[in-house]
Amino acid sequence: MDETTLLSWGQIIARIATQFLPVWIALILTFAISIRYKRRLGLYGKLFDSPVGMVGFLLVMFWVYTAIFADMIITMDPIAQFGRVKNPPPGTPLKDVVEGQYAYFLLGADHLARDVFSRVVMGARRVLTIAPAATTFAFIMGVTLGLPAGYFGGKLDTVLSFLANLVLAFPVILLFYLLVTPEIRNTGIPVVLAAVLFIFPVIFFCTLFNARFFTNPPKRNLYVGITLAIGLWAYAGLAFNADPLGVWSMDPNLLNVFVSVVFVNSPTVFRIVRGIVLDLKARDYVAAGQTRGEGPWYIMLWEILPNARGPLIVDFCLRIGYTTILLGTLGFFGLGVSPESPDWGSTIDDGRKLLSLYLHPAITPALALMSLVLGLNLLADGLREESLKD
Amino acid sequence: MLNFVARRLGVMVLTALALTFVVFYLTNLPPNLEKLARTEGSVRMTDQAVASWIENNGHGGSVFGRYAQWLGIAPGWVLTDAKGVTRGRCIQGNADAATAATYCGVLQGEWGFSTVFKKPVLDSVLQKLGSTGWLMMWVMIVMVPCSLIMGVLSGMREGSRLDRSLSIVAIATTATPEYVSGVILVAIFASATAGISPILNEWGWISSKTLFLGTATSAMDKITFWNFALPVMTIALYGIGYIARMTRASMTEVMTQQYIRTARLKGVRFRDVVMKHALRNALIAPFTVIMLQFPWLLNGVVITEALFNYKGFGWTLVQAAGNNDIDLLLGCSVVAVLVVLVTQLISDIGYVFLNPRIRLA
Repeated sequence: MDETTLLSWGQIIARIATQFLPVWIALILTFAISIRYKRRLGLYGKLFDSPVGMVGFLLVMFWVYTAIFADMIITMDPIAQFGRVKNPPPGTPLKDVVEGQYAYFLLGADHLARDVFSRVVMGARRVLTIAPAATTFAFIMGVTLGLPAGYFGGKLDTVLSFLANLVLAFPVILLFYLLVTPEIRNTGIPVVLAAVLFIFPVIFFCTLFNARFFTNPPKRNLYVGITLAIGLWAYAGLAFNADPLGVWSMDPNLLNVFVSVVFVNSPTVFRIVRGIVLDLKARDYVAAGQTRGEGPWYIMLWEILPNARGPLIVDFCLRIGYTTILLGTLGFFGLGVSPESPDWGSTIDDGRKLLSLYLHPAITPALALMSLVLGLNLLADGLREESLKD
Repeated sequence: MLNFVARRLGVMVLTALALTFVVFYLTNLPPNLEKLARTEGSVRMTDQAVASWIENNGHGGSVFGRYAQWLGIAPGWVLTDAKGVTRGRCIQGNADAATAATYCGVLQGEWGFSTVFKKPVLDSVLQKLGSTGWLMMWVMIVMVPCSLIMGVLSGMREGSRLDRSLSIVAIATTATPEYVSGVILVAIFASATAGISPILNEWGWISSKTLFLGTATSAMDKITFWNFALPVMTIALYGIGYIARMTRASMTEVMTQQYIRTARLKGVRFRDVVMKHALRNALIAPFTVIMLQFPWLLNGVVITEALFNYKGFGWTLVQAAGNNDIDLLLGCSVVAVLVVLVTQLISDIGYVFLNPRIRLA
């Protein structure tokens, strides 16, 4: 190590900035176009009037583009080990560089000599594929159950609210320890849960189209048919791993994590939706719909739901951040992820054991996770402020 | 009022039963029992031997029956094997089978035996709860005043510069989960190579290598500022932002009320309006939030105790789950579920007491 010296912090920052070049270009394009046409872009355009919202959007888009261009940004294979030196500090040059290989550990390497920088970048891809998808499923489930609970009330509401409170009273960490274990996979509980949770999007979209187009059977049959075909195809693949064409499939580990996160999140969404519906169902346009003779599902899905979009969009942003934190918690306790997975939670867990001696393996993913969640929270704050203005 | 409390208690008992049953079911799944058989018996047991071990140790039969036994509302199992030795759930060690109790479940105070700590579950859970109690107490002492002051200050003049900067701080802390803030706090205050400790050491202000201690193991014996500040801050930070935002929302709402305007127009000083008219009404909502924050704190406690190696309740839960210690895990779950439900009850009842506008039917 003596023959070559470490890079200085200035050099490291310059090199990292160069690696992120595709992200910078994409960010500049996004912002230039959005600000140019912001008056025509509705709520999204108004976001660019609020400095807080803009900063949040910038942070979020930075990580989104990082996830998209991760293959171009990484300097080394995030799983491979390079050399035998443990925990080399940021800017350490690699020994015996092979032709075409990157010559430095930009942000150091961990105790197995894996490049920290590449792992964090690849971790962004993992986090940003699971978190939004899991949040979307939780939302669809919460909306599908929350709308009738708030609208009809009565016994249905009592039963559903009791179940939601039951899940909410469960300490999250305990639930994770019970649900996300290797043993539980053999019992088939995750598949049963997945079978229940994943059917909700199909139900939701079928009801959505049926409620609107049932007066026009050809159109209704077309939309519902397409939904059923695609939905059940994906359902078979994702929940039971039985897709005949092999397009949809989910690793059993990932399925376990995914299902648990959706399960933990959906009761909160249910409660929010139910609360909004209780508030909105006394409005005049609902009474007008009822007088016209519209069906209850039409009123719920096409009258109430669009009017509830403001708080729901804001909560969606917050919830993605919360899901990211949950995924990090799972990784932090080493639950449900493969040991060499580069996701942020497990990287922090790996790094914390040597924290008092070597900071860089833990602090980099910690800052990454924090900046993403901060971005989402700021974005939600900006959206809330702008949506309240009109 | 009595009616309301009774109904709430009824729902609470129902919830507790449902939750403990779920935990019992999930911890007593066949794979977990097989693992237990192999660790308690022998690793090289045949599948048949495992099945008979499970049967002979009272883990056979329907899950409902075993749950009732565990709860203490059904008689504990008793088996007499081929050699004429009678063993049973309620027969401890070599005690006489005839004198043993019929019922011995959680309700009778028999929480089982921990395979990790080699002592009764109730003892180890109570002892660890004591350690966690200290942690929780300091978290509350730091978190509640900080967050309330932050919330009131930013809510009393909505949109002011103070409000904006405090809001950003609040958002930033809610974006920092415990495992992130813990790592960052250790990096800044308790690392020998980075942060402020090396500088202070160089200047001769501190004699030890680091300013704060990176682990809280020594706090088990004696709590000092230097070994306890970081874990407490780690848990408190995440809650501060959330409670502060709730307080702010409630405060801004109160500040737009008619009676505040009336008081201002009467010529009352702004400070008195805030202290006397607004504060009392604005603090009703945060009370509920603080109470409902307990389940959250439980989460934070588990992470922080693992991170700082503080051997409290959260650490025990991790050990129990990691080592397939079924009785201990069940014991921890009972405590966790009770904490959550009791705080919910207190928050409901307290809300009614604090807010005289709510009239109960």
